[in-house]
Amino acid sequence: MTRARYLAWLVAATSALILVCGVAVTIGPAAVSLAQVAGSIAAHIGLATEPVPILIDSIVWQLRLPRVLTAALVGAGLALSGAVMQSVTRNPLADPYLLGLSSGASVGAVCVVILGIGFILPAAAFLGALLALVATLSIAKAGGTITPVRAVLAGLAIAQLAGALTSFIIFWAAKGDSYREILNWLLGSVAGATWSSVAIAATAVAAVGTGILLSATRLDAFAFGDTSAASLGIHVTRTRWALLGAVALLTGAMVAVSGSIGFVGLILPHLVRGVSGPGHRRLLPLVAVFGGLFLVIADTLARTAFEPRELPVGIITAFIGVPVFILLIKRKKSHLWA
Amino acid sequence: MGVDLDGLSFTIDGTRILRQVSASLPTGSVTGLLGPNGAGKSTLLRVIAGIDKADAGTASLDGITIGSLPRRDAARRIALLEQNAAPSVELTVLEVVLLGRIPHRTKLMGSFSGEEDRAVAFDALEAVGAGTLADRSWHTLSGGQQQRVQIARAMAQQPSLMLLDEPTNHLDVSAQLSLLGQVRELGVTAIMALHDLNLAAAYCDHILMLDGGLLVASGAPAEVLTPEIIGAVYGVDCFILKHPRGGHPVIVYSAAS
Repeated sequence: MTRARYLAWLVAATSALILVCGVAVTIGPAAVSLAQVAGSIAAHIGLATEPVPILIDSIVWQLRLPRVLTAALVGAGLALSGAVMQSVTRNPLADPYLLGLSSGASVGAVCVVILGIGFILPAAAFLGALLALVATLSIAKAGGTITPVRAVLAGLAIAQLAGALTSFIIFWAAKGDSYREILNWLLGSVAGATWSSVAIAATAVAAVGTGILLSATRLDAFAFGDTSAASLGIHVTRTRWALLGAVALLTGAMVAVSGSIGFVGLILPHLVRGVSGPGHRRLLPLVAVFGGLFLVIADTLARTAFEPRELPVGIITAFIGVPVFILLIKRKKSHLWA
Repeated sequence: MGVDLDGLSFTIDGTRILRQVSASLPTGSVTGLLGPNGAGKSTLLRVIAGIDKADAGTASLDGITIGSLPRRDAARRIALLEQNAAPSVELTVLEVVLLGRIPHRTKLMGSFSGEEDRAVAFDALEAVGAGTLADRSWHTLSGGQQQRVQIARAMAQQPSLMLLDEPTNHLDVSAQLSLLGQVRELGVTAIMALHDLNLAAAYCDHILMLDGGLLVASGAPAEVLTPEIIGAVYGVDCFILKHPRGGHPVIVYSAAS
């Protein structure tokens, strides 16, 4: 694809993301127009406009906008995490959810929430994600080389363990609606998103996203494996752990605000590679935008499809993600899975 | 100048893989690295490339110790072709060859595969006779074409030394011959691990014979490929004939009794 065509895709996808975010804010039990959304945002960022009714303004600014923005940022962060993991582990099945990072982050997050020290939530989630990643890769490596299937099996074990731990901790400290809380952590939800969720997610996506975008060339070098990367001048071990550490940080921050949402990191890189090609300088920005777009749409469905009941968004991402993933498995040739 | 190996030793988990390997290979020469499975051929190539660090001894290229070079600088001078390499994602031939430009990019973002990189990549593809394959998907190529593209990728690194680990593996006879002919034509100093003694005899200026990590013979093909040395290293009986056209040795094995 030519550079101009790529940039056209990037601009179109980004415009679509902004538009979809705006439309998503209008959708819900109380009718809000796109003009009122724009008016509310303009008023809050200090642009003088016609006043929006106070009730509408608080629905937009306090409830829906933080949630939609959190969904967009979490989608971007998870998609970036999946893309990086797939490249540095050379594993088309790698994803923060399948390899247990998200579940590990949930354990860390739930621990500090229960202990009432929620201000270190992102740090605890990061630590949980990192421990889960190290555990998964150690188990996968125990029998020799890490194949994609071994990594997924090890991730499954870690995810199950971490899921059980999360549920146990919530039950043990049960107060109020523990079932709903467990579901939100295990299946993922942005229902409780606030402006501080937006701040956490935005900081992580901006900081870690910049770091991995600057590593795009190094990520490309892993295409033919470790020896080839080393012969192209890459410090393989150092680079891989730095990038996996960055992914744990990003996943930790995403889980801290949304629980463990699956399939975004798995399927988005495969779909977007079809458009951008495998080069990471093109793949990473586009996968972030499409990840955001995907999760905003999924979350809007989650909160409106069965009104007034609301689904955790992870259920929607699984319903959409699993069939897409099956199609990808059928389409990919066996050489990519060896 | 050229490549100087001085007492290279390498150990993994207490097993000595290379013992005191020393050799001197002139610039522009093509060297065949021979020896049975497990003799240490691949390890020697990795140590020369600077990917594995020798426990003792040094490898130097044009007077510069390779181990002392930063990885990127080493990658600008030395290209390594692994055995049976396959990418984990779908890549076009041009994208594979452009990987060879990575060590030449500026550290962070680099260019968006700039015009210069593309020109070098196309030249490299032309040099191995694969110019028409640029837009093909890697996975649709034959084994011989894949190896050619790998050599083009190595050429795009613009190395002064090319290391090839069994480049003729899984290729049919005609692909083997044309590939090795191509390597010779490139004019780059090359060291290649080979299994086929006759190919080594026909295409190499110099032979290094490894056995159990020890360099047991080194010299021109006619000096190293003798019934005595081949018998001692591989445990097979053979006759040596002279190629009617090339004049190089031809090894004819006696069937095992």
